[in-house]
Amino acid sequence: MILPGFPDATPLAGLGGGILIGLAAALMLLGVGRIAGVSGIAARAARISDSSLPVSSAWLFVIGLPLGALIVMWISGGLQPSFASPIVLAIAGVIVGAGTRLGSGCTSGHGVCGMSRLSPRSLVATATFMTTGIATVAIMNAMGMEVLQ
Amino acid sequence: MPRQLTIFGSGILFGAGLTLGGMTDPKRVRGFLDLFGNWDPTLAFVMGGAVLVMAVAWIVQPRLARPLFADAFSIPTRRDLSPKLIGGAALFGIGWGIAGLCPGPGIAALVIEPISAAIFVSAMLAGMFLVRLVEGGA
Repeated sequence: MILPGFPDATPLAGLGGGILIGLAAALMLLGVGRIAGVSGIAARAARISDSSLPVSSAWLFVIGLPLGALIVMWISGGLQPSFASPIVLAIAGVIVGAGTRLGSGCTSGHGVCGMSRLSPRSLVATATFMTTGIATVAIMNAMGMEVLQ
Repeated sequence: MPRQLTIFGSGILFGAGLTLGGMTDPKRVRGFLDLFGNWDPTLAFVMGGAVLVMAVAWIVQPRLARPLFADAFSIPTRRDLSPKLIGGAALFGIGWGIAGLCPGPGIAALVIEPISAAIFVSAMLAGMFLVRLVEGGA
């Protein structure tokens, strides 16, 4: 399916992916009573944060992420995304890591789990990171900075 | 055991969804954030689909005395809008915009583009650790 006016968009794959993410988060909530917030779970796996989630459980979730990606790669016959250079990835990674700890979450915890229950903190956090994300890309484009190789 | 399997299954589903939806493709993520340029709306469908399904789960949740495979719910209860929350989210958005990766897709991409993803994830953990150091944790 092609979205009129947006030839590069893949709305059906997007919706399918979103539903899978929603099911994963629902399974986490209704199955074990927790929020599927990736930054928090990753921090727990690395023993950076204290939480009642056992470190071994955090690892199970973290290991599941690339396994799920692998399944989609097999079915779709390989993916060829372009990534930023190592130095850009390192800078962005540090900022993302620090930001998610200070802001108590990322796209999954705030954007999916929090927004869907209309948590005021998550609504504000999501509006904030969307705004700065859009501004960052706009400024980089205005400066002619091409980061993806 | 069902508890561990549920968490593992959730991780697998989550990773599959991120990859299918295009979140592990920095070009698509930055295209979505490029609202004032060549905008790619795909991620709005990802977000919309995920939020819709999860909204149903939040309707079911209060009707359960406890989770299916655990003794109690462990759900955030804070409602305060602190400068730390907003500053942290602002910072996170900047990092997300720079490389087009957030934590989940960064980890999932370890099997797609191992070296790039490993650099991003290592740096992300370093950033998390830095906050812990500054905040005076052990």
